[in-house]
Amino acid sequence: MTKYKDAPEILNAKNVCMQFGGLRAVDNFNICLKQGELVGLIGPNGAGKTTAFNVLTGVYKPTSGDVFLAGEDTKPMKPFEISHLGMSRTFQNIRLFRDLSVIDNILIAAKQHAVHSMLDSALRLPRHYTEELRLRDKAMELLKIFHLEGKALDSSGSLPYGEQRKLEIVRALATDPKVLLLDEPAAGMNHKETEGLMETIAKIRRDFKLTVLLIEHDMKLVMGICERILVLDHGVTISQGSPDHIRKDPKVIAAYLGADFAAEHGGAP
Amino acid sequence: MGADLQEFVQHVINGISLGSIYALIALGYTMVYGILQLINFAHSEVYMVGAFASYYAARFFDTKPGFATLVILLFISMTVCSILGVLIERLAYRPLRKAPKLNILITAIGVSLFLQYSAQIVFGADPKVFPTVLEDSTLVKWGEVELRSFDVAILGVGLVFMVGLHYLIHHTKIGKAMRAVSSNSTAASLMGIDINRIISTTFIIGSSLAGVGSVLVGMKYPKIDPLMGMLIGLKAFVAAVLGGIGNIYGAVLGGILMGLSEEMVVGYLSSTYRDAFAFGILILILFFRPAGLLGKASQEKV
Amino acid sequence: MPSPSTPSKMFQKSLVTPVAAMAVLAGLGYVIDVTANQYVQLIFLYICVNTILALSLNLVNGFTGQFSIGHAGFMAVGAYVSAWLSMHAHPMLLSGQLEFLNYILYAAAGGTFAALAGWFVGLPSLRLRGDYLAIVTLGFGEIIRVILLNTEAVGGARGMFGIPSPGDFMTKFLLATFWVMITFLTLWRLVHSVHGRAFLSVREDEIAAQAMGIDTTKVKVRAFVISSFFAGVAGSIFAHAAQYLNPSTFTFTKSVDAIIMVVLGGLGSLTGSVFAAIIVTILPEFVLRPLQEYTGVDLRMVIYSLALILFMIARPAGIFGTRELPDLFKRKAQ
Repeated sequence: MTKYKDAPEILNAKNVCMQFGGLRAVDNFNICLKQGELVGLIGPNGAGKTTAFNVLTGVYKPTSGDVFLAGEDTKPMKPFEISHLGMSRTFQNIRLFRDLSVIDNILIAAKQHAVHSMLDSALRLPRHYTEELRLRDKAMELLKIFHLEGKALDSSGSLPYGEQRKLEIVRALATDPKVLLLDEPAAGMNHKETEGLMETIAKIRRDFKLTVLLIEHDMKLVMGICERILVLDHGVTISQGSPDHIRKDPKVIAAYLGADFAAEHGGAP
Repeated sequence: MGADLQEFVQHVINGISLGSIYALIALGYTMVYGILQLINFAHSEVYMVGAFASYYAARFFDTKPGFATLVILLFISMTVCSILGVLIERLAYRPLRKAPKLNILITAIGVSLFLQYSAQIVFGADPKVFPTVLEDSTLVKWGEVELRSFDVAILGVGLVFMVGLHYLIHHTKIGKAMRAVSSNSTAASLMGIDINRIISTTFIIGSSLAGVGSVLVGMKYPKIDPLMGMLIGLKAFVAAVLGGIGNIYGAVLGGILMGLSEEMVVGYLSSTYRDAFAFGILILILFFRPAGLLGKASQEKV
Repeated sequence: MPSPSTPSKMFQKSLVTPVAAMAVLAGLGYVIDVTANQYVQLIFLYICVNTILALSLNLVNGFTGQFSIGHAGFMAVGAYVSAWLSMHAHPMLLSGQLEFLNYILYAAAGGTFAALAGWFVGLPSLRLRGDYLAIVTLGFGEIIRVILLNTEAVGGARGMFGIPSPGDFMTKFLLATFWVMITFLTLWRLVHSVHGRAFLSVREDEIAAQAMGIDTTKVKVRAFVISSFFAGVAGSIFAHAAQYLNPSTFTFTKSVDAIIMVVLGGLGSLTGSVFAAIIVTILPEFVLRPLQEYTGVDLRMVIYSLALILFMIARPAGIFGTRELPDLFKRKAQ
């Protein structure tokens, strides 16, 4: 994993286009994440944010353009290989393993770090127990960050909505990522919950030395914690820069917030 | 024409004739798959019931061979098959519309077995001889190559129904609605299309094509039994996969190709492996072009 | 987990269950040996065969969420390989008192060939959507049958006669239950490990599983190969219990039997599969056969298929759902 130290640009997407039939969902998308950055990706509904995520994580193969993770071309890789390389994600439309318990969800993500084989497990050799216990302890540690440790054995589909979103983040963390992609982690949460979540995101980023790319619908929220923001509209990157820059960019205000907002706030709130 | 060439042409004629039958049945699989993403295992039993329906009708009316008989039997078989197809959809598949796919597949197998074994009890397990629908005669003869009345009838009837289906799908309102449901059923229902009606229509059309197939098979290979649907159904399904499941032109192409290649295997290699051969094709297709010849790979929405 | 014992102690403890289970089963075998007639004894062997068949199919259809409907094909591979070996490889192996141990090797060899067949069939089809597997396994079952019908070395359509038996009922029963136990424990332990959760993740959500680093194709192929192995073992036990093989034993109907057992017991419940295998084996012998003699028609498959449809509509999770027998007791205790 020395590669990560050499490359200050941990995730680099160049001229990525994604075409579905006649629809160009993402057009000439460029993003470069430096190690340890927390970058926001915002834009109105249907702007192509999630599609961009899907291209970055290998769910879709880009129509054209390249994605490099830690200097490696991810185009020929399957999503699971990209995960092994150190990128993890959450899903906007929660995709937990609903019928499985909370801890099982995390253990599945942690599997890639298990060294015991199927034979070890089938024969219940000592190594099976060592590893299963180690993974379980680690999973419990992760759950504690989000105060979910008391619900480890509950079925994940039965959790309240907000906790399901948190569990998605825990599950993504269990893969031991270098880059974490969060797709609207605060969707459906109230103001207070959202604030708490943002604090936690800032904390895990410090503690796990993560690089984070965050999709958010709610612009105010991203402004608070992101160092840099990209704005997508109709698949095109219309602006990028510091939160202050974005806040004042009339193009963003017009495209993303609409004319009403611009009028109300006089262009620069 | 040399003897080899004549033999080859004869095989081609037989192959296309057999292939049209596969195509008609494959259409039923592919249409249901296109709309419900379900392998309708019961389709082959609908076909079998169609054969028995026309068998009993022919005996009841004591029909004389001729064109009118063909039309009457086609009509009866299509009607019975449509009713059965719709009943299966209503009673077995519709209650499971929102259930996991595995459950619906298992149900489909259950329906298929239920019809097979019920038929063995109702119709008896031993084969029955299908009444003569048309006189077997040689219409044209070039050297050793014969064009028989059966093959002409099969090709003619097959062509009429395939062209009819094409017209229905591309030039009528219901066809348009079917295409809409097939491409995105949620959006189609939001646009005010009655999904249940479209699904029923699909089963009616698919099943009646199986009915057509059953009369044509009964005419050419006049031995019918309750298990007759199994193998031909499998081959027709393979044909649908070969052409690209969900694509009606793929089903026709796949059917003809299956018929041709089977005839060639039997003609030039050995008849022992004629049935295993179909699955060989299937495995090759899955290896090299899983979406089929005319299908396109689909991407799941995330 | 507050566990005072070390991994190596836990390993030693894990050896107790199989030994205890074998002892109990041996006791059961003795009781059957003394009390039951030959016909009933054979049914008990078939219960073992069906149990292994149902358990192994459950790994693919229940836990991994795929859909195989050609399990009889893999069973046939195991049965024929094992039978052939017992008739031809005999002199090279143990003889005398320990001869019966050879039958463990025959079963393992049968299972290995079935696993190879599973690998060959699974690799192309498991990359694709689930329903393709259904049709490929169905086709595979047919291909195997046609090949067996046309292979004179294994008797062709006449079948294979004079397959040796490992010995008296007790020997057969111990061998059969030995494999039942191996199958059950292996699957149970895999399912209750990180590897088993990978199977479940594929069933639950393939896209999420991929994103979490699970190589879904590999996981599916593994499940399929393991499942085929045990189907082959089941075939081997069947071959030496019946001592006669015929290609028509391994038709689609046999595969459907296995599916019925898995669905009835619950997709994703191992104890459910055992339970269902016992019912499905006994029912035709003691209930449906008398019914058939009374009515004069074979209603077995009609009843089975109707039950399958009704189960899917009314109780799609089967008798046990995804729960195991111990869970049911836990529930009662609450």
